Amino acid sequence: MAWAHQDKTAIVGVGATDYYVRGKSWPRTINDMAGEAIMNACADAGISVKDIDGFAYYSTAGAGYVDKFDTALLMETLGMPHVSFSATLTSGGGGSVGAIGLATAGLMNEDCKYAVTVMSLQQLPQHRLGKVFGAAAPNPENSFLQPSGLVGPGHLMAILARRHMHLYGTTQDAFGEIVMATRANTHNRPKAVRKAPLSKEEYEASVMLADPLRRLDFCLETDGAVAVITTTMDRAKDCRHKPAVVHACAHGGQREWGRAFGWMGMPDPYFASAGHKFVADRVWAQSGLKAKDMDVALLYDHFSPMVLMQLEEYGFCEKGEGNDYVLAGKVRYDAATRGGVNGGTPVNTHGGNLNEAYIIGMTHVVEAVEQVRGTAINQVADCEFALASGGPAALPTSSLILRSA
Amino acid sequence: MSSKTAYGPARVLPGEQIRISTNPDTEPYWDAAKEHRLTACQCADCGRFRMPPSAYCPECSSKAKNWPTLPGTGTVFSYVVCNKNPANGEDYIYVPAVIDLDGAPGARVNANITGCDAEDVHIGMKVTVEWTPIQDGWVLPNFRKA
Ligand SMILES: [Zn+2]
Repeated sequence: MAWAHQDKTAIVGVGATDYYVRGKSWPRTINDMAGEAIMNACADAGISVKDIDGFAYYSTAGAGYVDKFDTALLMETLGMPHVSFSATLTSGGGGSVGAIGLATAGLMNEDCKYAVTVMSLQQLPQHRLGKVFGAAAPNPENSFLQPSGLVGPGHLMAILARRHMHLYGTTQDAFGEIVMATRANTHNRPKAVRKAPLSKEEYEASVMLADPLRRLDFCLETDGAVAVITTTMDRAKDCRHKPAVVHACAHGGQREWGRAFGWMGMPDPYFASAGHKFVADRVWAQSGLKAKDMDVALLYDHFSPMVLMQLEEYGFCEKGEGNDYVLAGKVRYDAATRGGVNGGTPVNTHGGNLNEAYIIGMTHVVEAVEQVRGTAINQVADCEFALASGGPAALPTSSLILRSA
Repeated sequence: MSSKTAYGPARVLPGEQIRISTNPDTEPYWDAAKEHRLTACQCADCGRFRMPPSAYCPECSSKAKNWPTLPGTGTVFSYVVCNKNPANGEDYIYVPAVIDLDGAPGARVNANITGCDAEDVHIGMKVTVEWTPIQDGWVLPNFRKA
């Protein structure tokens, strides 16, 4: 059954700061960067920052990932007269695109008129995301994980990737192809952190950090902020750009995924997955669409194997066939035809977390908006539907389909 | 492209750098480990195993728990080969693995594998528990190639 709020809201503004290599944003602060992203998004939408009356976040109660920030300070210091919606999705980056559904909930409940979703990230040496699990003080739960030396997300993701290789014959060649294919999309992007073309030889020379994963299978560590403004369709018509219509949005997950790699109790086939099956099924049910209907896929890529597993869970290929799908070139974007390669759907036309910047999934939302507006740097021809995803992480993961107005 | 790097012997991380904490739901597991007895949290009503130990059985919602003595053997479900000691960044070959525990279907622990070269660890490999003293008098189960 179609989603009750299908096509009722739209993303009307996107804004970002520059993207900095981890730790290089200092002496800026996360509030400085959040403010710039929000004001840029408002300018893009053609509204005043003082029109914002809703905040819809992810990554728990503060919007920052490590250094927290919050609505009270933001609205007070940016001069918003009042706030009538302030809410957040739980857990971590898995909720990134789901926050647009949360914004829609606030808008459709008539709590607010313009909702902002913002992520601001600053990883000073004491707050490095890549060490976040190992740096945590022992607690009764992580005492079943940390003592084994699983200290970074890459270690955890490598264990899932290894199981996928075992079950389906997936190869590191496919992980490399995902990195190379999406790297090919950043050479023309001024703000991208990694722009140089990547050869197979260079990929294979990348140091093995968590076998089977190399350094280049890990996403960037980035500082910066991204904000997007969501509003109702009637208000969206008065904004500067063509609305990026919220066609479907879901967050959540099932018990077999649960705490995921913070737990490692997932039975097959959930273990060797990205934990997206539940939200994938939901957005397809909400929209009546399927993978083949997507013109572009912006898939959360903190680690390259997780793109391959999402391709399977969203149905771009069958479970276990991600390796062959990727190696057939089907995640590539062909600039000459402004379309996919070999019958595939272009993935991460912005370069993704692996190559452009890692602002915990927000750059995928921005790219989805630009694609359905028709203004993307690597524009897919006649882009009607863009899929964006958040996670894998401990649930919720999330999924969003934007539609061209 | 194969990942058959020659890593050499898989080592257990030094116990003196490892700390844990417990709560009333998990402490019986760690108390058993102090006695070199491998256990897992089992629902006393429906018999289902769950790890890490938690307040409620997800099947039947019972809070009653058993802590049976397991054989101390298991099977590697998946693993990763790491090459830096997380405590100091120095070169150190260790293999964190997810172990399916014999005698406790559905229960897994995450532990280091030793007793073989890191590149020889594989999914399906049989392992036997080995005990590592850690800080504060606790003891950690790790596993040796059987
Ligand atoms: Zn039970």
